Order: sequence, then C-alpha cells, then structure tokens
Amino acid sequence: MTTNAVRESATAAVTGGGAGPGRSRARARRRTRSVIFHVFSVAVLVVILYPALWMLMSSFKPSNQIVGSVNLIPRHGSFDNYAHALQGIGGVSFWTFLANSLGLAVLSVVGVTLSCSVTAYAFSRIRFPGRGVFFACMIATLLLPFHIVVIPQYIMFNQLGMINTWWPLLLGKFLGADAFFVFLMVQFMRGLPSELDEAARMDGAGHARIFWSVILPLMRPALVTSAIFAFIWSWNDFFGPLLYLKTPTSYTMPLALRLYVDQTSSSDYGAQMAMAILAILPVVLFFLAFQRHLVRGVATQGLKG
Amino acid sequence: MTVQLASGARHGAPRRRATWRRRRDIRAGYVFLSPWLIGFFVLTAGPMVASLVLSFTDYDLFSAPSPVGFANYTRLFTDANYLQAVKVTLLYVVFGAPLKLVVALAVAVLLNHARGGSGFYRSAFYLPSLIGGSVSIAIVWKAMFTDKSIVANIGSFFGGPPAESGGWVGNPSMTLPMLILLTVWQFGAPMVIFLAGLKQVPTELLESASVDGAGPVRRFTRITLPMLSPVLFFNLLLELIHSFQIFNSAFIISNGTGGPVRSTLFYTLYLYQRGFSDFQMGYASAMAWVLLVVIGLVTLMLFRTSNAWVHYGGDEK
Repeated sequence: MTTNAVRESATAAVTGGGAGPGRSRARARRRTRSVIFHVFSVAVLVVILYPALWMLMSSFKPSNQIVGSVNLIPRHGSFDNYAHALQGIGGVSFWTFLANSLGLAVLSVVGVTLSCSVTAYAFSRIRFPGRGVFFACMIATLLLPFHIVVIPQYIMFNQLGMINTWWPLLLGKFLGADAFFVFLMVQFMRGLPSELDEAARMDGAGHARIFWSVILPLMRPALVTSAIFAFIWSWNDFFGPLLYLKTPTSYTMPLALRLYVDQTSSSDYGAQMAMAILAILPVVLFFLAFQRHLVRGVATQGLKG
Repeated sequence: MTVQLASGARHGAPRRRATWRRRRDIRAGYVFLSPWLIGFFVLTAGPMVASLVLSFTDYDLFSAPSPVGFANYTRLFTDANYLQAVKVTLLYVVFGAPLKLVVALAVAVLLNHARGGSGFYRSAFYLPSLIGGSVSIAIVWKAMFTDKSIVANIGSFFGGPPAESGGWVGNPSMTLPMLILLTVWQFGAPMVIFLAGLKQVPTELLESASVDGAGPVRRFTRITLPMLSPVLFFNLLLELIHSFQIFNSAFIISNGTGGPVRSTLFYTLYLYQRGFSDFQMGYASAMAWVLLVVIGLVTLMLFRTSNAWVHYGGDEK
C-alpha cells in the first residue's frame, strides 16, 4: 500500500504536482484493489466456513434431509437431534462423556503449565552442567514421531495395570513431555531481562523464590497460550483415549462420538451432527474467546492446530 | 577452570561465595529439571530403546518376546499392505503439504496487502486448523462427501464419478483427494506464520525496488520470497512431519479399516492395526523405526538443501 503512495507522488512530481486526474485515478485504483481484496477474502471465508455452518444447520434437520441437501436453512428445524444426543449411547449418559473429557482437559492444563514452566525455568535461567545436552534432547523430541514410543509405552502401562485409567493420558503432561510448551516458555523467558533475577538474588532470594515471585507472574501471556492449547489438544485427542480407554463409561467425547457413528448406522445423520456439534463446542467457544491469543501464539511459536 | 580457580584463590571470600553460588545453581538446576528428566527417560528415551529392541523380536503382549533378527524389517518389503500404506502416505505428503503451503502463502499475501478487516479474516481462516483434526470434522467430511451428498453431486456435474456410487467416500480413487482437501482446508496455521514473516519484509526495500521499476511479480520473487524463505523452510518442515502422521480422519472415515480397497490405509493407521488389533508389537515397532528414519532423512535433506534456497537476514549471496 505504501508503494502506491510512492508511485503516486512520483507521478505527481512528473505531472507537475497537480492534485487533479493523477490522484483521483490512484484513489480509484486503491478502491478497486480493496474491492478485489474483499471479494477474494469473502470467497475464501465461504469455503472455510461452509462445512462448519453446514454441520451446525444439519444438526437441526431431520436425518433424511441432510445428505444431498445444499440448503443451509432447515425447513422444519427442531432440537430433536440434540435431545436424542443428550440421552447418551449404550446406557451411558452424555454427561459422563462430558465429565471425562472435562476432567482430562483440566488436569492436562494443570500438568502442562506446572511442569513445562518449571522445566523452562531450568533451561533458560539456571546455569548447570548438562543443560546444553538436555536442551538438545528436548528440541529433538519436538520432531520425534510419537509412534516410536507409543508401543513400549502401551506395554509399560499395560504391565503396570494402568489401562483404562487416566494415568497414561496424564503422566506425560505432568512430566513436561509436551516439548512444544517447554520450547514456547523457554523462548518467552529468554525475553525477560536478567536484571530481574540479579536484583532478586541481591535481596537474598533463591531459585524457588525467583521462579515463583518474579518469573511466573511475568509469564502470564505464555502460560495462558499454553493453557488454551493444552485444553484444546486434550479435548480433541483421539488416539490416546482410543488406545487406553476401554469401557464406554470412561470414554471421552471423541470416543463417544465414534461409538455413536458406529451404533446409529449411517442413516441417523441428524443425531450424529448434533453430537459432533456438542463435541466441538468447547473448542469453538475457546476460539471465539481467545482468538487473539491463539493466533499470536501460532505466529510467534509456529504451533499447529 | 583450574586457571580461574588459581587466580581467584588470591582473594578468598568472593571466590568462596562464587563457588557456593555455583553449587547452589547446579543443585537447583537439577531439582527444577527433575520432572522433565524423569519424563524424558521413562516416556521417551527408555521407550525408544525398548522399541528398537522390540523391532527385532516377535511379541504379542501375552508371551515373552522371541528374537527374530531382521525378519520384521525384511518382511516389510514383501507385505503388500505395507507397501500400499507407504504409497498412500507418500502421495498424501507429496501433494497435500505443498498444496496447503501454496494456499497458505497466497492468502497470507492477500491479507498482508489489506488494511480493514484483515484481522477478522485472519482469525476466521485459522479456525479450521484448530478443529480440522477432530473426530467431529472427520464425520462432517464423511457426510459431505458421501453417497448422493452435496460434493458428490457437484463433482459428478463436472464430470466426476456418479454421485450414487458411494460418493467420494466410497470411491477408492477419490478418497485421497478428499483427505488432501481436508488438510488444505486447514491452511490457517501456516498462513498465520507466513503473515508474521511477511511483516518482517522491510517496506523501504519494496518501495525502492518499485521506484527502480520492478513490477509486483518481480518484487515478490526477488524480494519477498527470499526474505520469507526461513519461514517457508520452517512451515515446510512442520507440514511434512505432520502429514506423515495423518491418522484421525482416515480412521474415522474408513471406520478403522483403511478402506475402501485400502485407499486410506495410511502408514500410522496400518501401524495401529498391526500393533493394537493384531498385537504384532515387534512388527509395528519395526514400522515405527522405518518411519523415524524416513522423517529423519527428510529433515536432514531439507537442512542440507536449505543452504541453497534459505536466506537468513544479513548474509550477502
């Protein structure tokens, strides 16, 4: 856009600085550009949001009007699908699935924020032998496909009798296994001035005190970003629960949703859509509430969805 | 170290305080790092060693592992399902990841030029990246591409396969494009990273190029793209590693089978079947190691070639 201004002043200089036709032509060109931009953006927006909107609208339609219908607005909208979905599946109440997902997500947030902030403090604020080697190990785990560890982990948890408990899904969160969050917090802590630690140390504070009273309060933005992502990732996680949760009463929302699709056969699309909406609702609400945080977190740390 | 100690020995008190502080740092460092250290050895390093050992055995979880040498690895090359899984996954990686990045970059450039409303669009475009991997969206995708569905109807209108034959979901030649569309739909995350990179391109440079008579295409290929190359490199690396591990959508859409006709039998889905349905833990471990080596090689190759096309700020080339 600034290039336009330069070009405009350049043409103005050539034509003798007149305000006349040159400037209004530039303004017209800027307006057409703006129109083109909005046309393109709205087109992309429609493509992006259509599936989500279609899912929402389908959840209010009777099942036989969903597949094959391009219409977004339901002809005879009703909440029947939701009533159906809320009844649960196989004798297990919907609220059980919800409570399982919520419990796991909240504990994940607690585990990630605690363990990763402590780890990041060690990596970024304390000098000790071996730090460089372990930091390299931590970075390497960022690129490691988790399939390499999942089979021995399964065998280990199986031998410990922890199948069908929350341990396999939460242990890693409390032991800083999500290197993304450690990395994010290390980057953030490195940006905090070291004079803060020095001053606190002069006043006789040890590392525990510096971490708790000086660094942690300043870490708020990084902690909030990590907490939101930890919640959403735990909520959407399918592979972990699929491996470790075996009885329907312990199922999370994604597992319940899959069970629902299996049991209701492919014909009852309405209830499936209602259930899908309920399963995704917290993520969308989080998104609406924290979108600035989320987008900024991605821009600076390259997190994935 | 010894030299420092010797010279410091002359004034006693500060030196003693320094070593005391150093000892305290070492102790605090390991105390603070201990949760991560335990996690690293118990959940990452230990399992990696175990998985390597397992890959040379037969193990079904119920009887003791029996060593088989390289049998699991040689068996991979004769396993038609495995070769199919490799083929499907490679096609997905080779077509999905670059296509997604091209769309992400194009939209990022578009948004970067705008003033009003770009913040709104940026956020809205990011939403699919957040929900795209969920079971909910996989189910929606299945419904949208199924027999007699919207997309199948539109597709057959433009000369695609007939909509009644199971739609894209039921057509083995259309499931891969369908899943690639799903991943391209999630272009928001790389787009946001591109946008952050575009902000770093100095406008003075673009302006002076423009004064020198460079058109928009030339300015993009000669200035913007080279300055964006570190971000492009980062996005490409992340996207490739990510695509190798596609699981959720394929599992949901094929109901865990990898069908129709093995067309969605992705690498990790087949690994899951072998490891956790057939309990061939040794064979699945061998698969995991091949995946690790391939991802390692791809990463290494990217880093090696990056000297040729990634330009970091300040170096004159």
